[in-house]
Formats: sequence, structure tokens, C-alpha cells
Amino acid sequence: MRTVFRLIAISALLGLSASLTGCGYNQIQSLDEQTKANWSEVLNQYQRRADLIPNLVNTVKGYAQQEQTVLIGVTEARAKATSINVKPDDEASLRRFQQAQGEVSSALSRLLVVSENYPQLKSDQNFRDLQVQLEGTENRITVARNRYIQSVQEYNTTIRQFPVNITAMLFHAATKPNFTVENEAAIAKPPVVDFNSQPAK
Amino acid sequence: MKRAIAACFVGWVLIALLGFANAAFALTDAGLRPLPSVARVVDEAGLLTADESRSLTATLADFEARKGSQLAVVIVPTTQPEDIAQYGIRLAEAWKLGRFKVDDGALLIVAVEDRRYRWEVGRGLEGVLTDIGTSRLSDEYLRPAFRQGNYYDGINQALSKAMGMIDGEPLPPPPEGRARASEDGLHRALGVLAFAVFAGVFVRSFLGRFGGAVVAAVLAGVLAQVAMGLLAISIVMGVVAFAGTLLAGIGGLWGFYGGGFGGGSYRGGGGFGGGGGFSGGGGGFSGGGSSGSW
Repeated sequence: MRTVFRLIAISALLGLSASLTGCGYNQIQSLDEQTKANWSEVLNQYQRRADLIPNLVNTVKGYAQQEQTVLIGVTEARAKATSINVKPDDEASLRRFQQAQGEVSSALSRLLVVSENYPQLKSDQNFRDLQVQLEGTENRITVARNRYIQSVQEYNTTIRQFPVNITAMLFHAATKPNFTVENEAAIAKPPVVDFNSQPAK
Repeated sequence: MKRAIAACFVGWVLIALLGFANAAFALTDAGLRPLPSVARVVDEAGLLTADESRSLTATLADFEARKGSQLAVVIVPTTQPEDIAQYGIRLAEAWKLGRFKVDDGALLIVAVEDRRYRWEVGRGLEGVLTDIGTSRLSDEYLRPAFRQGNYYDGINQALSKAMGMIDGEPLPPPPEGRARASEDGLHRALGVLAFAVFAGVFVRSFLGRFGGAVVAAVLAGVLAQVAMGLLAISIVMGVVAFAGTLLAGIGGLWGFYGGGFGGGSYRGGGGFGGGGGFSGGGGGFSGGGSSGSW
């Protein structure tokens, strides 16, 4: 029995020293830094999209003057989105940012749908280049957002698990809010396929 | 008491096993298309003849030797259920083509049944293979050839144009073969060993022969882990340092250095570079490139 107690004491001592060296403080710091870097990339890519919009609007304007509402919609959504000063650690602020960027996305997709009606615009090389750039940027936004989501998830999981949660409590490391799916209702609905209407040529 | 500990242990093992099983199921549950293993040319759809795929592989290997950038072609029947862009970034993240920190890798993915293609461009090449640039390459070479069924011609021409574009980009020169890298590792390993044995011999004067050897072994192992980060090598280094320190007094300390290190017997013994297989160099991707259909 005595040897067993001694064994337990030794292992407790070892465990204590291990938890002291590996109490997770450094891990919290590096994960936090990772989320910050990933967040910068998210902002960077959204900014890239915002920078493309004036050029795109001007090009479309050259061919489709009468689409005033759509063009103004895009410009306004962009202005609103770029005016938001987002704090990624604040849930309300993040949600506002996400909503504003979502509005930019839908305004842009309206613009692209409208531009389908203008064959000359569609064959304009400048417009086609802008479309490619826009598509590439949207893709980069998706990648950057995914990486941010993953790093926040990793950070949150780490600081909520024992024993790191104690360290996190001591150093006031709080969980971070994450991006949510923007149109949950729309995703839950199955897509409607309509064979009756003629496709736009 | 003993029984309790044993029960705890069994429970712990069970939990670990369950976790493993869970992870495995999660992977298959996702239902994503499994990724091919790394190669310069992957043709899961059987579009290319053996000769064509060999010549493409040779061209891409030459280019890597000359410029350092890693390019690859992946032909799959379909990328469903994912979009080709999602599949592309997943593949790029798994393969890590391009050199570490230079990020000069690029992938051309062709999904035959989806009639979609995509360029996935590493961060370091985004300046030269821009979205517009890759889209023009596709418009000019891929799409017309693909429409006529000349997959090899399209891919070959588009890739050689892409390589021409990358050639104009100032990138760090490629390492001079794998021998260079392994020699570098060898030098580092020898440095760590020499330091550890020296320290061990020094400590031996007050810890005794065995204590000194243990110190040297631990030191060598830790240093090797820090310097090279490979556990297997670290352990080997520790063992060698242990033996070296233990035996160092026999036949004289300097004799050991002269015989072991100076004689050049280590040099011939291969390196850490590994075989001649192709693998990604650790390049990063962030979704650059363009997609299209034909």
C-alpha cells in the first residue's frame, strides 16, 4: 500500500509540474494571434472586393445607364459596409459587419444578373476582367472566412477545455464570436428547379 | 487499488478508441471525394495516354529543377459534391505545393464530367498568375482545345504558357538538388553531436562517466528536436551522444573526434532528404486563381 501511495504522490507531482509548464498560457496566446492574423486576411479580402466595386459600377454604367436603382444599390451597400468599424471580439459588431457585407454580396449579384441583359456589356473585355477578379475575390473571401472560423473554433475549444480553462479564466481569455451562416432559412429550403420558363439567351 | 487503476486504464483506452472511431466516421460521413495522393500528374479520368502523362510529368519536373516552383495537373471525373473551387482549395491545402514561405505552387484541376477547370494558384504566384491571367490562359488554350476533345494539347499549351509567365518572376533560386539539403542537415546534426559530447565529457568530471553520458544524450536529443524537429532523428542523436560520451575516454577524447568526425565516414552515409519521390514543399494557398467551364 505504501509503495502505491508513493507512486501516486510521484505521479501527482509529475502531473503538477507538467500542468504548470503546459498550463496552456502560451497555447492561448499563439491561438489568439492566429485568429487575429486570419481576421486580418478576412478584412483584407473584403477590402479587395470593396476596391473593385467603383470600377465595376463605372463599367456597367457605360452600357446600362438605365439600371440606376441597381447601381445605386451596390454603391450604397459598399459605402455602408466600408463605414463599419468592426471589432471581431464583439458579437454584435461582428454580426453587423457580416450583415453589411452580405448586403454587398446580394447587391453585386443583382448587378451581375442585370448585366446579363446587355450583350455589349457582356462582351466588354474590361467587364469580363472585372467579373473574373470579382469571382476570385469572392473565392478568397470564402477561404479567408473558413480559416477564420476554424481558428476561432480551435481557440474557443482550447480555452474551454480542462485544464486550460483555468488559465483562461485567470487571464480573462474569453471565447470569441464566430461567423454564422447568413441565410439559414434559404439553405434549409430545397432549390426550385423550373423547367417551364425559357432560359434567357 | 490495483484493480481500480487497471479499470481506469481500460476505460481510458476505450475512450481513446471510441474517439478514433468517431474521427474515422466523421471523415467518411462528410461524403467528400477522397483526394488523390501527391503527384505531378494525376489522371483519374483516364484522359491522357501514358506517354502524354509521362511527358507532362517530365516537363513539370524540369521546371521545378530549373525554377523551383511546383506545378501539378489533376484530372478527376468530377468534384461533386463540392464545387471545383472548394475541392481545389482542399487539395491545395493537403498537398502544399510550392516551397515553404515562397508559396510558389500552382494546380490545374480539370473535372471532366462537370466540364469545369480551375487554376489554384499559391500565394507567391498570385502576382504573376493573376486571376485574370489564368482566366486568359484558359480562354485561349484550355477551352478551345477541350471543346474539340484535345485535352492533352490544351493542358500542355496552357501549362507551358504558365511556366513562361512564372519564368519572368524573380523567385529565389531552386536548391541544388536534394544532396545539398541533406548535407546541410548532416552538418547541423554533427554540430549538435559535437556540442553534446563535449558538454557530456565536461560534466562527466563531476557526475561520473554514466551521468555525463546521460546529460549528453538528453542534450543531444533536445537540441536535435529544436534544430530539426524530427523525433526519430532526435532519439538516434541522443543514443549516439550517449555512446559517444560513454566511450569518449577510451582511446582518448581527441582520438574520438579524429576518428569519428574527421575521417569522413559520416559523409557517405546518405542523408535526411529521403527518396526521390515528389511531395509538396509546404507552400500556402489562399484561394487565388480562376475557374471556368467548357
